[in-house]
Amino acid sequence: MISLGQDEIAKYPFLAEAGQYLKDKGFTLEQFATDPDLKIIVDKAYERIESAAEEKTYKPEVYDSNEKDLVLPLNVFSFLIAIVLLKLSGLNTLINKFALAEARRAEKFLQRDLVSNSSKTSEEFATKIFHEIFSVTIKKSGEYFVIPIPDYLRHAVNFHELDWKLVNRHVENGMVFLTPHESVRLIRKELGGYIGTRIRAANTPNMSSGFEDKVKKLSDLAKKFVVNTVVTTEYPPCIKHAIEALNNGENLSHSGRFMLATFLLGRGQTVDEIAPLFKNAPDYNEKVTRYQIKQVAGEGGNKTKYACPSCEKIKSNDLCYITPDCDNIINPMQFGKKRL
Amino acid sequence: MLENDLKFLEETFKQYYFDHFDLIHVPDRSLEREYGYKKFNMGMIRHMSLKTDKDLHLMLMTNIPSDVFCSNGYYSFPKLPMAEKDWKEADVIFDIDAKDLNLPCRKDHTCIKCHSCNEISLLQDTCPKCKSNKIDLISLSCQNCISGVKKEVLNLVKILTNDLQIDNKNIRISFSGNEGFHLYVTNSPYNQLGSKERRDLIDYIMFHGAIPERFGFKKNNPSRSSFPDLDDPGWSGRVAKDLFGSKSKRSKSVTKIISDGYSAYRQRLTETVKNSIGVKIDPNVTGDVHRIFRLEGSLNSKSGLAKLACDNVEKFNPYIDACLIDDKPVEILANFPIEFSLKNRKFGPYISEKISVPRYAAVYMLCKGIANLA
Repeated sequence: MISLGQDEIAKYPFLAEAGQYLKDKGFTLEQFATDPDLKIIVDKAYERIESAAEEKTYKPEVYDSNEKDLVLPLNVFSFLIAIVLLKLSGLNTLINKFALAEARRAEKFLQRDLVSNSSKTSEEFATKIFHEIFSVTIKKSGEYFVIPIPDYLRHAVNFHELDWKLVNRHVENGMVFLTPHESVRLIRKELGGYIGTRIRAANTPNMSSGFEDKVKKLSDLAKKFVVNTVVTTEYPPCIKHAIEALNNGENLSHSGRFMLATFLLGRGQTVDEIAPLFKNAPDYNEKVTRYQIKQVAGEGGNKTKYACPSCEKIKSNDLCYITPDCDNIINPMQFGKKRL
Repeated sequence: MLENDLKFLEETFKQYYFDHFDLIHVPDRSLEREYGYKKFNMGMIRHMSLKTDKDLHLMLMTNIPSDVFCSNGYYSFPKLPMAEKDWKEADVIFDIDAKDLNLPCRKDHTCIKCHSCNEISLLQDTCPKCKSNKIDLISLSCQNCISGVKKEVLNLVKILTNDLQIDNKNIRISFSGNEGFHLYVTNSPYNQLGSKERRDLIDYIMFHGAIPERFGFKKNNPSRSSFPDLDDPGWSGRVAKDLFGSKSKRSKSVTKIISDGYSAYRQRLTETVKNSIGVKIDPNVTGDVHRIFRLEGSLNSKSGLAKLACDNVEKFNPYIDACLIDDKPVEILANFPIEFSLKNRKFGPYISEKISVPRYAAVYMLCKGIANLA
């Protein structure tokens, strides 16, 4: 565990042991539910969740250095009470949104700490977070930070934008060069994931009457985020192309056949419906085809049901025939799904 | 396959294995690997475990496999079904095959065999005898293809050692036994990567997915100085060499690129430049962390040639060095319209001829499906 000073806890409150922190400061959870003087913190906690739900970064009021000792703990308290409210509400949508917003907030501090020329300690602390929480060894090299390629890949594969692909990075001697902003951006998703995991792993306290009102308000807030979708029956261009190739008796590659079978199975078609599509293939053998589709469907020996490969993998295999209708999807299964 | 042919191939393969135990070894950490094999006319048997060379040699003598495989992956329980093996890590393996280079010479050493009537003919879309479009392509030996593959292998080694900082001593190259080379990276920090991460590494090596911004062309405000220089590290330098040729031509080329526009540059990077300098590895092989690969020293049933480690790729001649079956004469019936060469000797074309050829050539033609025993 990383040891934290007061400054660090305020910047990265998710690193604190919540129960221990309250105890060290001489508070109990019960006090927050009942003490009218502390109601302002519960209100702040709610605001913090609300701004997260609305995808804004929570900005507590600016303080001057005289009030630092007072305001820093307040920020930590509002974070901890927000978690209590979220746990009591049990609303996953809000937990995810809150974790992401807190990650964005922490990201700003991390970035500032990485380039902080005035404070060596802040830089070291930020580097330590990279190493201890995300197993990323990060070192300064001039204006850049360098990260070993394997560490980079483990995180960068979560991005779908082309500029995160290794081929679009400055790579030298086994290292990837990143700006401070990019270094922090690299771990954004995991940072959100890490905060989310810590929230989910925390114990849910008993409901106190002082929190009931806020928890109810959270339920109302969450209702806004229910998404209705419609799905078209149209096939994506890669699938259309594969079907066309087979119809023309062209030799569709193994990965092309795998993509087609997994896609159609995913759309609910049966082995009987899919097998005839392959009958024009130059090497068609009904028995083998049916056996292979069954394997893919998880009806074979190993019971593993395979999912349709991602657009990225399809691109690597030269099977992608992207059109504007693809609309930034990352898997053909998402093609034509539209939010209402 | 005809029963006589099958018996002949099994006897020959058995003799080869018996005579070449010195070439066939279990790799490091054998107990953590999965083994598998195929027999002629049969499917794959997988999920086996072998401890020592002796176990391997015994397996070869007992089962007389047509092909032998060993995993790149290391597992706690290699014999269990895939989901229960407990994957630890996997060597990074690259496969460069002549068919993926698709060189112009390919049409000259490829013939077709019809699924319906078994007729073997010159390269065309349908069988000239029965008009069926269900055909197999059969490619025969070609030095030009091997030279092309070697060039790709050497380019790959450069990227691995320079860009990825992989130590040369952790790279091993072997001839695949047909028309390609395998390159193994062992004991590297890349071994821990899963297949998703390996796919991005593959795109790096193949120069797949490059965007103009990374290579100097800002969409709205292109600046001459941001284009790559010839002595830049990594892809920047290689792209500059491919685009400009020499330092003196850089300025003129950049002017042309900017005037042609952003989209043209993107297309050039993803098509012409990629085809010219991207390494032509098989992406499915490198992305697979559970694959079993042909074992070094074993024979490849697609050709009867051996898969062999090569210390000096440039000097390695697979059609001599990996052709290890003896030359006792064998009578065969052959009917195919092109020629090939093994051990510096030419064979074919044959028009339904009964001929006597050295055993290595007979095995090659039987494995390729273009001849039968007489």
